[in-house]
Order: sequence, then structure tokens, then C-alpha cells
Amino acid sequence: MTAALRFDPIRLPEKCEQLRKEVRAFLAEEIAAGTFDPHKPNREDTDAPEFSRRVGAKGWLGMTWPKKYGGQERSFLERYVVTEEMRVANAPTRRFFVADRQSGPVLLKYAPEHIKMDILPRICRGEICFAIGMSEPNSGSDLFAAKTRATKTDGGYLINGTKIWTSSAHIADYMIAIFRTSQPTKENRRHGLTQFLVKMKQPGIKVNPIGQITGQYEFNEVVFTDFFVPDDHVLGEVDGAWKQATSELAYERSGPERFLETYYVLTELVRAVGPNPDTRSAEGIGRLVAQLHTMRRMSVSVAGMLQAGKEPVVEASIVKDIGTVWEQQLPHRVRDLAAFVEETATNRETLERQLDFAIKTAPKLTIQGGTTEVLRGIIARGLGLR
Amino acid sequence: MAESDNIVVETAEKIFADLADPQTINNDKKDSWQAPLWRALSEAGLPLSWVPDDLGGSGASLADGFALLNAAGRFAVAVPLAETMLAGWLLAQAKIASPEGEMTVLPASPKDRITLDADGSLSGRARGVPFAKAAKHFAVLAHGKDGVSIALVDAGKVRIESGLNVGYDHSDTVTLDKIQPVTLKAAPKGFDQTTMMLMGGVARSLQIAGALESMLDISVRYSNERVAFEKKISKFQAVQHNLARLAGESAAALAAATSAADAIANATRFDDEVYLEAASAKIRCAEAAEKGGAIAHQVHGAIGFTLEHILHRYSLRSLAWRDDFGSESHWAVELGKLVASRGADELWPLVASR
Repeated sequence: MTAALRFDPIRLPEKCEQLRKEVRAFLAEEIAAGTFDPHKPNREDTDAPEFSRRVGAKGWLGMTWPKKYGGQERSFLERYVVTEEMRVANAPTRRFFVADRQSGPVLLKYAPEHIKMDILPRICRGEICFAIGMSEPNSGSDLFAAKTRATKTDGGYLINGTKIWTSSAHIADYMIAIFRTSQPTKENRRHGLTQFLVKMKQPGIKVNPIGQITGQYEFNEVVFTDFFVPDDHVLGEVDGAWKQATSELAYERSGPERFLETYYVLTELVRAVGPNPDTRSAEGIGRLVAQLHTMRRMSVSVAGMLQAGKEPVVEASIVKDIGTVWEQQLPHRVRDLAAFVEETATNRETLERQLDFAIKTAPKLTIQGGTTEVLRGIIARGLGLR
Repeated sequence: MAESDNIVVETAEKIFADLADPQTINNDKKDSWQAPLWRALSEAGLPLSWVPDDLGGSGASLADGFALLNAAGRFAVAVPLAETMLAGWLLAQAKIASPEGEMTVLPASPKDRITLDADGSLSGRARGVPFAKAAKHFAVLAHGKDGVSIALVDAGKVRIESGLNVGYDHSDTVTLDKIQPVTLKAAPKGFDQTTMMLMGGVARSLQIAGALESMLDISVRYSNERVAFEKKISKFQAVQHNLARLAGESAAALAAATSAADAIANATRFDDEVYLEAASAKIRCAEAAEKGGAIAHQVHGAIGFTLEHILHRYSLRSLAWRDDFGSESHWAVELGKLVASRGADELWPLVASR
């Protein structure tokens, strides 16, 4: 037996291609109607509530979930197609993306039935937005250093403390967060954290926007002051959040969003060099396309593993490691290759504007959702080194 | 391509384990391992895996043959197994029966051309031909005024200038000067030198991916044995992260190569989509050979730089394989041109089609 991991060549089934056509047609209509401009990823306001509802009406949110909760009981591979087409089109997915990808699946697994019946159908309709409350001012990659306290009180818990770098908290209706319910033990420093469902937009929660180096305000500081969470909003085992976090990671880390965030600059480069590129441009584009194709085949393969009921945490970490490093370098490689593009290229201004934004976006890609260092630690553990 | 459910691969792995153990081979200064290994592979029908029964082969599927090449890469096998398989496959395209013994293919680079003259003779020069020195016959793709032909040529008729590639395997220059082939037939419609190079490139990609799997294995094992600064070097985070990157390169190479093999095994013709798969595999596997091999050497330190250690059997050979059937630079330029000619808005549909 070798240490190497297998990524079997999973192919998307035929029904996925029909779905892909539907998604492309829908996005083309939205673009024509002016909902968003696919050439402008640098929107100031990335929230699009009406678009979110229309995506929900198509049945493309919570696609893999049971029908009784508003889902479609479709496959992970079908969801994959919807996700990648939205991402490549630069569609404004902010309002529904987190709920669809990971908050919904967490609720499905750990929430009581009446909460599932209440919330999941609203996610499927594109009505509500989720945030993830993990990082704190002194706890980032080291998740288990979280200090925000949940103190037991009559019928629930009182929350005090601060979450930070919380994407979309300013528009979110709910947050899934981890809070400290007990102190860690000598034997297990991961003990003592509990996962909670938090209803946002209530007294006791203050959301303060934080400006990002892109000029956008998408992440926030969220301050809890004696904020009450009822008992039935506990998700899973009290003090046992550490057992629940890992299975989420395979969903969070292997998707097409982990290598397509700056993809638009590659399309625009191909447009700029035209149909007869010089050797330097052709070689540069060829290598980037080969790398992109390889990552996508790996990512589709992981989607196939998820569909088969596996928990490919190490495989997903490899996809995110390679994918995010690639999408981080992409704007710089495109800038290199565009250096000798004619001043008269018709899309030169578009490309320059996109590069400006992609270069500013790049540093976050290897940090958000698990840093490169954390991922390599997980891979090393998979190799039996830790 | 799971290893366990493939009888061809199981047979090959048993032969490799018995007769091509890298440490045993590395200790053998007289190459006395070569003849018994080739004999065992031939008796099992493996070199002619891709030749149908009625043309003298064992008629394995393309998929099984590709999996066999991946296994050969895991053992860094240094006999003309891949070359004979490719030669048999090429001859079978024109329904030419395969003879017994070692073969290789001409040309082995997209830049070289063999021409077919009006009198039925073949001329031209092919550089970097793997294992030409060991071949009893050549499978040749030639260009004539009526298009592409495929020929079987007796090795005694050609001139060979012997050379070694960076992995110490034969990589020779073969010159054909108005020689008469044993057999010559027209290639099937649509079959050209590019088809042959893509097929050869995917074969090399699978071998590189296999070599990287082994480099990862032996590097992980070594890091768990070697002690420095009073602990196993596998416990240093810098070493762990290097090995994690090697695992990533190995996984990427394997994914690209097996995906391309799957694409060819299921293709009816070599269209743009198969071209994307095959060219990408060669580009990405060559890049992985460079990056992954460098990490394997870094983990091993000085011992990995010695002739007595087996690491170089994998690392140098996988670097050498980059050059055969078109380098990654060649395929990147060609793939880049294809993408540009299709236009910017056709790039994503091409990628998503796979």
C-alpha cells in the first residue's frame, strides 16, 4: 500500500450537462437584465437578495437535501455544476453561498427537527443568509483557543465575547458559531467548545464592519453582550464541537470556488492576446490551462467521493492547498504574460481593472477557510507524520 | 484504475516485485537482471498488451495497459516495456502484426519527421528515441505524398548513434537512409503524428505519476527513520510541509495522468477535449516531476544524491521522461494556441466539458 492518494477519473453524468445548459441560460438572462456584470468582479455591494430568491426558485439551493426540507435530493455532482457555473460567471452568490455549502449540511446533521423544518426550506428559497462564527481576536487558525463564553442560564445560554473576520455578518440572518461552554481538560485541549445556531439582527449583537484591502467591506467584528441563545439552538454535543468540525471540512475545501476566484483574468488574457498569440503567451496560457484542468479533475473526483458517502478530508485539503496557491499566483502570471500585449487590445482596460482587483484579492485566498499551513498539517497527518 | 481489481496490473506487479526490485537492480553492476525480467514480461504477454490476439498480442484493453504503465513507473522499470507497448499499438492501428522481441517507436519527438518516398523506402532522422539500441524492430510513422503511413522496420537496417538520457537509459539518434520496411500500410483516416505523440505523452505521464508515488513513499519512510537534532526529521514542521507538497504534486500527476488515460480509453477520436486531457497530463506531470523530485531529494539529503541509493532511479528517470514525445514546453505552446484559436469565451466550456 502506498501513501499516495487516489483521485479516480470521475466524469459528470449526462444529466449534469443538461443542468449546466439551464444554469448558463439563467445566468445569461440575469446578465442581460443587468443583475450583474460578469466582467466586473469588483462590485462594492456584493449582496443581491432578489437574485438569491430567483436561484432558489430554480431549485438550485440545498439541491442535495431531502425534499421534506425543501431540497431536491439531487447529487453532489449536480450541485458541483451549479457552483462552478455561478463562480465562472462572477454571479453574486454571497447571500446564499455559505448557507448552501456548509450551514445547511450542519443543521441537517445536528439541529432538532422543528428547527430544520423552519430554516432549511428558507435557505432553499434563497431567503436567508448565514455567517460562520469561528475566528476571534486571539483565535484564528488555532480554533480551539476560542474564548467567547456561553454561560448556562434558565432555558439556554448567555453569550459574551467577540468573533472577528466574520464574512457577511452584516447581512446574515443566522450564524453558526462555536462558543466556550467548559474549560479545556488536561487530556484534551479541544474539549469545551459547543456549536450553536445564533439568530442575528437582535439586541445583544453588534456588528462592526471591517474594511478590506480590496476596498470592500465584507467581513466584520461581531460583539455579543449577554446575548441569549435558547437550549434548542445547541447543535450536537455540548463541549464536543471538535468532533463535529472535521467532516465539514471536506465540503468546505474541495469545491470549484477553491481555484476559480480569480479565474476571470485568465479569460480576459486569452481575449487580449487574440487568436494568434506569440510563443511566450501561448506557452504561458497552455501551462495555466493544464494546471486548471488538473485541479478541476481532482476537485470533481472529490465531489464523486462525497457523493459515494466518503469523508475525503485529506484529499480535499490537497485540492484547497494546490487550488488556492494557484488562484493566488494567477493574477501575477497573467500580469507577466500581458506585459507585451498591444496597447490597442480592445479589452486592455477591462483586463487592467480586473488585475488591479485580483492582485488585491490574492493574499486572502490562502488564508480564508483554512490556511495553507493548517492544510499542510492535515496532509502531513494523513501521511502518518504527526 | 484501482490496483486490486486489475489482473494485468497484478501480474505485472508480481513480476516487478520478483525481478525488478529497485534496490536489487541498483546493486547489480552488470545489468544481469534485464534478460530475466524481459523474459518474464514477454511470457506474460505484457509488452504486446495493446496488440489484438489476431495480430500476435494479448489484446488487453487500453485502460489495463495504461494501469500497467503506471505500475511500471512505481518500479521505475528500465526495460523497453512502454516502448514496445506503444510500438505494438501503433502497428495495430494499420493492422500490422507485431513480431516478438523489443520494439520502439519512431519518431519520438514532434519535431522529427520520417518520409516515405515514391519507391516505398523510408528516410529521415529521429532523435531521442528511447531504447532504440535495445530494439529488434521499430514501429515507424512516416509522411508520404498520399498521407501518413505506418511501417514495421528491421533494426538491422537503420543507423543508430547511441546516447543516454538524464536517467541513464538509452535515448538514441536513429537514421533511416532509403531503407525498405518489412511491412508498410496506410494509417487510418485522421491518425497522424500528433495522435501518436499524445498517446506517447500519456504513457510517459502515467510512468512519471507512478515514480512520484514511489518517491513519496520512500521519502515518508526515510523521514520516519532519520534522526537529526535528537528527533525524527518527520517531526519537523518544515519537513512535514515539504512532504505535504510532494503528496500534492504526486496526487496532481496521478489525477492528470489517469484522467487522460481514461479519456483516451473511452474516446472514438482525438478531438479538442482529448487533446486538452493528454496535453495537460504531459505538462502537469512534467512540472510535478521537477517540483516533487526536488522535494524527495531535499528530504533525503546527501544519501539521496548517491549512486548507491535508489532515489535517483525514480527522480532522474521521471525528469528524463519529460523529454519524450514532446516536452511540457512543446505541449504548453500547442495547447495555448488551441485555446487562443477557440477564443476567450470558449475556454471555460472546454475545461468544463471534461
